[in-house]
Amino acid sequence: MSRWLARVHRISGIALAIFLPLHFWALGNALQLESFLAWTEQPLVKAGEWAVVVALAAHLAGGLRVLAIEFLDWHEWQKSLAAIAAATTLAVGLALALAL
Amino acid sequence: MTQTLLWLAQRITAVILAVCVVVHLATIIYAVQGGLTAAEILGRTRGNTAWLAFYSLFVFAAAIHAPIGLRPVLGEWLRWRGASREAFLILFSVMLLATGMRAALAVFA
Repeated sequence: MSRWLARVHRISGIALAIFLPLHFWALGNALQLESFLAWTEQPLVKAGEWAVVVALAAHLAGGLRVLAIEFLDWHEWQKSLAAIAAATTLAVGLALALAL
Repeated sequence: MTQTLLWLAQRITAVILAVCVVVHLATIIYAVQGGLTAAEILGRTRGNTAWLAFYSLFVFAAAIHAPIGLRPVLGEWLRWRGASREAFLILFSVMLLATGMRAALAVFA
């Protein structure tokens, strides 16, 4: 379980590191923001956006789990922390899917 | 020594980012309702020093956190170690900081 969570944490982190320069580049061109946002209306781009936000939620939840284990000594809580991390990711994913 | 410093920097920035990401996710879910428009985004951020301060801190923490996180990935998965890896990561950090601050200022000004 924790090996699987570590893998999700790593892959979501890599995805975010690749996405960040693109995100900053797009926002840096604020004058062309409207045409960029029109481009993001495409279904495939929307799906990509959703995946990035879910990766962000997963990385946050997985990171809080790591911090709790390292600093709060919550080792006996490992399974609960894993469940909380998965639930948080799912909740954000659903909330965004409904909002999009 | 370097390992300890990197570990510490990664945890400190993680705590900062945890707060920033919760705010960011809440903003995203609130803002995408009814579709995103440039006017709506800029209406929120233009001239707002609180958002500028928030995004500056967010960018700064991410520019430290992402390269430190990529470091073991490059080492373990690509077997990339040594001075060239460190140089690449420093460059990546500077690039994130520069483009991130450019973005934060672009939606503020």
